[in-house]
Amino acid sequence: MAKSNKPIVWGLFAAGGTVTAFITPALVLLTLFAAMRFAPTMFTYESIHAFAANWLGKVIIFGVITLSLWHAAHRFRVTLYDFGVRADLVVATILYIIAAIGTISAFFSLLSIH
Amino acid sequence: MSSKPYIREVPKTSWFFRQPRYMRYMAREVTSFFIGAFTLLLVVGLKRLAEGPEAFQSFLDALRGPLGVLFCVAALVAAIYHSTSWFNVTPQAMPIQRGEEFLPGKMIVGAHYAIWAVVSLIVLIMGI
Amino acid sequence: MSEERQIQLEVLRYNPETDLEPRYQTYTVPCVNEWVVLDALNYVKENLDPTLSFRWSCHMAVCGSCGYMINGEPKLGCKAFIHEYGDHIRVEPLAHFPIERDLVTVVEDFITKFASVKPYLIPKEEKPISAGEYKQTPAQLMKFKQYTLCINCMLCYAACPQYGLVPEFLGPAAISMAHRYNQDSRDGGRDQRQEVIASHEGVWECSFVGACSEVCPKHVDPAGALQQVKVASTIDWYQEHLMPWSKK
Repeated sequence: MAKSNKPIVWGLFAAGGTVTAFITPALVLLTLFAAMRFAPTMFTYESIHAFAANWLGKVIIFGVITLSLWHAAHRFRVTLYDFGVRADLVVATILYIIAAIGTISAFFSLLSIH
Repeated sequence: MSSKPYIREVPKTSWFFRQPRYMRYMAREVTSFFIGAFTLLLVVGLKRLAEGPEAFQSFLDALRGPLGVLFCVAALVAAIYHSTSWFNVTPQAMPIQRGEEFLPGKMIVGAHYAIWAVVSLIVLIMGI
Repeated sequence: MSEERQIQLEVLRYNPETDLEPRYQTYTVPCVNEWVVLDALNYVKENLDPTLSFRWSCHMAVCGSCGYMINGEPKLGCKAFIHEYGDHIRVEPLAHFPIERDLVTVVEDFITKFASVKPYLIPKEEKPISAGEYKQTPAQLMKFKQYTLCINCMLCYAACPQYGLVPEFLGPAAISMAHRYNQDSRDGGRDQRQEVIASHEGVWECSFVGACSEVCPKHVDPAGALQQVKVASTIDWYQEHLMPWSKK
């Protein structure tokens, strides 16, 4: 029985799960407000852009997005396995590639915001 | 030794219907789909933000409408269920021993809920 | 005079010498209110059907022998009180184990897996008797005491859906017992146990359903132990791969 390499993804899963547990509900609520046009003066391009232009803002945004993506990818992999989709390696590859694409996209988006 | 043991098969796709605790577990796991989808939405929003005010406005406009609201409501329910189920099991995964005693689970869970409230307030105030 | 109730006890029977498949058989048992399901089973065996086979021993929830599925829930027969149930009680062998005969299951898989985690003290270094006893503070004892309470009843294996879906999974009790020794200040065998419990079929098959802890009659909380093993194994992994020079 060789030792597994699962710790890599599990560490990300656990860290991401903690971050999403604290932050995601509020973020979703904000997005819901935006979708419902709650306060039309909210979400001004300038204020959000300013937050993302700040280096600390970039770190926070990148950290939250990356950890959330990898948490969701790993958990969804297990979920599909529990639903009877047994091709674990295929599922894992697809989901982790999606998470990687999201991570890279966020990285370059943040890089180009001054 | 066994003469002719009988093996009861476990149905691979419907096993979780057998007990309410399994259903709650699957509900908890399914939250990952919504959290992942929502985060991908944020990734797209971030990209539009980087592309300029018009692109970002069209992103916001696309959010508005029944589908967008529906998704956000579903994602909100999922996110809250994830948070509560995550906090409630934290004492099991990370027990804190002080001398001979362990910190009461309720204290650890309560602290998490308190931090959750504070963080949520900060995020909401910053957004609004 | 204690109250009596007529209970319909529906038991899954299986005779490997004559049956192709298990079948249910219902017995009408006059139960005293203070009885447990095990008492009802013994009434059947003594008065109605001596062929009914089931394991039991202490009748006080310390030996771990009388685990069955009672109304679909893994329970000890000696801890399932008749007054908690209606007039119809269904008793089946513990889930996720092959049926040997009636309520008797084949437990070889559990025994093998349990033994594989080296569930015994492996001293850090050889100590002669003359060096005296191992000293342990109450705080050091509390670090692992909870996990010593396991009575090997296998209810957790019956509850664990991952064990049901992936029979190679080491399972809750085995990994918790490894954790019990890893947490013991007298022990130095963690590295050896890691080879077994940090494998794919070890702790990483667990998805923290938590059913094991819910059904454990001794409140061992195997789910908690397994998550702690995951955390420790993850820290291990990063140490091994990022700082391979650091010796434990």
